[in-house]
Amino acid sequence: MITAEQKPMQEIINCIAPYDRILLVGCNECVTVCSAGGRKEVGLLASALQLHFLKQGKTLDIKEVTLERQCDPEYVEELVNYMDQVDAVVSMACGCGVQTIAARYREKAVYPAVNTKFMGASERQGIWAERCQGCGDCVLGLTGGICPIARCSKRLMNGPCGGSTKGKCEISPDVDCAWQLIWDRMKALGIEKRYEEVMEAKDWRTSRDGGPRKIVREDLAS
Amino acid sequence: MENFEPEIVAFCCHYCAYTAADMAGSKRLSYPPNVKIIRVPCTGKVDAIHIMKALLKGADGVYVAGCLEGDCHFKNGNIRAAHRVAYVQKMLNDIGWDGERVEMITMSAGMGERFAQTAKEFTEKIRQLGPSPAKTAAGQAAVG
Repeated sequence: MITAEQKPMQEIINCIAPYDRILLVGCNECVTVCSAGGRKEVGLLASALQLHFLKQGKTLDIKEVTLERQCDPEYVEELVNYMDQVDAVVSMACGCGVQTIAARYREKAVYPAVNTKFMGASERQGIWAERCQGCGDCVLGLTGGICPIARCSKRLMNGPCGGSTKGKCEISPDVDCAWQLIWDRMKALGIEKRYEEVMEAKDWRTSRDGGPRKIVREDLAS
Repeated sequence: MENFEPEIVAFCCHYCAYTAADMAGSKRLSYPPNVKIIRVPCTGKVDAIHIMKALLKGADGVYVAGCLEGDCHFKNGNIRAAHRVAYVQKMLNDIGWDGERVEMITMSAGMGERFAQTAKEFTEKIRQLGPSPAKTAAGQAAVG
């Protein structure tokens, strides 16, 4: 999922201070799972903002809506009836959701209430860790299902480096050495011979280095 | 301020604090009528939104009263509640409110005296903090 974290409260407050009527929009997808911008967080942030502005003597009119998916135009269309009743929109979705709203409702200011962080997986309740960087050319089949790009601090294609100590990365004792994990996994699978094969320099054009990316499925897009 | 009588919401666990309140009643121990008890099956059921809504609707203070550490009927509901209370306290501080308006308290079912005592102490603390900013601010009527 795409993970996110709520922005500092003061930053959100500063964004909406000039407005009296706000539409606070959550998303039922990734940000719900990582507890950053689902229905519950929308309710919580709306309450907090109302309490803040009540103390300032201002009654903030906040409408709360949580869309099924904020990155799809057909769901964002559901906001159309709210737009003449609000001065600005605050989105609790990832950057994709914020931009989908901004593209559809050009006359309204849209502010993000979360910082989009990374593509990650849940390690346990309340903890999410980065697992994919969307490099566009997946190597997981070569590395025992552990990504050296997302999980090695140096993104080494042939590791580990000299900073690997007792299975941990030199940047922090809390960070596993991805290449140690890869080696352990390869051994468990009985494919450690594959470790000897040197991986060639990666073609980063499939990643962000090739500029903004787009997928076109002719069979669906027509 | 002199006539200020705080309105306090207490989310009380059925297995401990609520029974302790019962015990306080049986023992004829008096505690301030300012405390309005909401019985919950476990304090783990209390979410941050419940506390925030209570404040938004005019409560001057909110406390969550659960079992003693290690004694939760549902294993760790009281620990979860304590984390949520801490989260709300931080959120209140971040929005310029006083996080002390919210508190986590633990007790066992037999602690009638402790229930009455904490009710008194919390009421007194909120009395010192003064009325909720939501009450004193203009436009409170608009809040549903």
